[in-house]
Amino acid sequence: MNSIPNAIADAPVYDDDIVRKFFAATVLWGAVGMLLGVVIALQLAWWPANLGLSWTTFGRLRPLHTNAVIFAFGGNICFAGIYYSMQRLLKTRMYSDLMSRIHFWGWQLIIVAAALTLPLGLTQSKEYAELIWPVDLAITIVWVVFAVNFFGTLAIRRVRHLYVAIWFYMSFVITIAVLHIVNSLAIPATLTRSYPVYSGLTDALVQWWYGHNAVGFFLTTPFLGLMYYFLPRAAERPVYSYRLSIIHFWALVFMYIWTGPHHLLYSALPDWAQTLGMVFSIMLLAPSWGGMLNGLLTLRGAWDRVRTDPVLKFMVVAVSFYGMSTFEGPMLSIRAVNGLGHYTNWIIGHVHSGALGWVGMITFGILYWLVPRLWDRDLAYPKWATSHFWLATIGIVLYTVSMWVAGLSEGLMWRAVSDQGMLATPAFMDIVNRLMPYYWLRLVGGSMFLIGVLMMVWNLIATVRGARPLVQAIPAPAAS
Amino acid sequence: MTDMTPRERFHRRVLENKAGLFAIVTTVAISIGGIAEIVPMFTRAAGPETPDWVTPYTPLEAAGRDIYIREGCYTCHSQMVRPMRAELLRYGEWTRAGEYRYDHPFLLGSRRIGPDLQRVGGKYPDAWHYEHMRDPRSTSPGSIMPVYAWLLERTINAADVQASVRALKKVGVAYSDADVGGVAANIAQQGQEIAARLAGSGIQSAADREIVALIAYLQRLGVDGRRAVEAGLTAPTKSE
Repeated sequence: MNSIPNAIADAPVYDDDIVRKFFAATVLWGAVGMLLGVVIALQLAWWPANLGLSWTTFGRLRPLHTNAVIFAFGGNICFAGIYYSMQRLLKTRMYSDLMSRIHFWGWQLIIVAAALTLPLGLTQSKEYAELIWPVDLAITIVWVVFAVNFFGTLAIRRVRHLYVAIWFYMSFVITIAVLHIVNSLAIPATLTRSYPVYSGLTDALVQWWYGHNAVGFFLTTPFLGLMYYFLPRAAERPVYSYRLSIIHFWALVFMYIWTGPHHLLYSALPDWAQTLGMVFSIMLLAPSWGGMLNGLLTLRGAWDRVRTDPVLKFMVVAVSFYGMSTFEGPMLSIRAVNGLGHYTNWIIGHVHSGALGWVGMITFGILYWLVPRLWDRDLAYPKWATSHFWLATIGIVLYTVSMWVAGLSEGLMWRAVSDQGMLATPAFMDIVNRLMPYYWLRLVGGSMFLIGVLMMVWNLIATVRGARPLVQAIPAPAAS
Repeated sequence: MTDMTPRERFHRRVLENKAGLFAIVTTVAISIGGIAEIVPMFTRAAGPETPDWVTPYTPLEAAGRDIYIREGCYTCHSQMVRPMRAELLRYGEWTRAGEYRYDHPFLLGSRRIGPDLQRVGGKYPDAWHYEHMRDPRSTSPGSIMPVYAWLLERTINAADVQASVRALKKVGVAYSDADVGGVAANIAQQGQEIAARLAGSGIQSAADREIVALIAYLQRLGVDGRRAVEAGLTAPTKSE
């Protein structure tokens, strides 16, 4: 059927249909989630964009944006990458095709439920855990199916040795289950409303233990696993250091879980908890940079190809942004710095250098690398991929720089006290209005990023639909 | 393989070949931090204070809090005054842990697109909040807040609020059975008080509108804590 050597070897064994499904879902929800981001960015710059309707206000759409990007865009690419790489690393088909499909359709139904409930104001309000309790139950069931399928595949593997990517996937599967269940414990009042069993600051601590590890174990460890598989494949180079991968894996998964309280610095949370959160956040710089270095140094000897290959361009910038945002994070966790940055746009900029720069860029690299392999087609418009890269990169820079300036401006204006001991800017509104130029600039940066994504969507659809079969066989993977 | 340290050889031979063992060690590694930080929060010595000067929200205020959550007010407004000079000047007393005792869920927020609301209770008259929700720019020129006109029309349902109060009682809020039974009466009474104050300012509103519940909640925010500080009831801390 296929003229490609590795496709012949792969075809009877691996379930690539499920990878194609998660691939398509990533592209669809990515465009939706980022479009929502542009909409709410516009609402801050120009309030009439709230449209005067209850279900289109910023307060209801912002959680929809974060959920769409994290769990729909980020989640689907993790699952696509895991199903693709796991079967190949373990030289076996997934344990159960039925479970793979329950996982896929269940996850998409959860996303649709989010898209319906959040604009209606049905929410638990805990960040990245907003979905109402029946949806929480559905997430638990789907996650258990995924976990059984995952560990079942490990049980029937035909390669005894577990490659480093698998370690990171495993920490993702286990930790998200623990975080989700503990943070979602609540007593229902009605079918759509419930109250968490934890109160006040204990609830806040549990939530940010969950919330920061949604960053750590949903947006970091599975993506590091993807980096460890797809970056060496794209660069055709082995991973730089085995030793480094062991050290930074264990240090990362052990330390990340402690960092949540840095979201509650200067609150009335007991001091010991705040200090633990700060100390572990600062220490986390080391294992984070261990991962970044292992990724970048894997490219040694392949740097000339970064100039021409859009896949490597995306991956290099992704890993660089991972390094930048994991430097910025520990810095923001220092109490004194947090005192200035907390509650400001600086945090929004920080989040987006991680989400757009790291998660977004590595996802685009993987999508462009996967599409010829999943559909046996050459990319329809290779030059568009390079244009996408530049639009995205410049867009992120505009986004983060505008948010840095906005965050520092408001942080400094909030705290400025005159010689007479009075607030230098007593009217909060003066500070709000000072930020308008930066909100517009952020809108420009975010829109550039979105336009790049839409170009990618068009490019991928044209590739899949098009009749440009591969002119050149894709080389089989090098032995690890 | 030959240049490996003994530990790396152990990792390679034992952990990387046994998926079950690897999963167990990973589970232990990711559990320690959470247990170390969360479990002590439930103890008297290390957890947040649980003072007796804070009382639960009335049913109408609880209903207003649910509206605050539904509209995502927390995406733009924090409820936490930090112990910093400028924040004390701008907002008032810094927030004590005990003030959140009956908050399920917590609503500290993560962004101040608008000002902090921890001490907004009693800061403005009821009519100000009514007008502010109807048209934020009528009370706050230059505001970027959306219009919340539907709150003026939509009504609250006593049975629905009672279900909430019952669930809140289950998670540990100090409501009595009489409180749960008297939800409808409480809503009607406190609602009429607010409607009467609004009428005094020339605003005609029925007592069962969502805006009335939201006003009840906003006017309650931070009041217990402020009174306790003024009465010298809060525990002295290092920063005081």
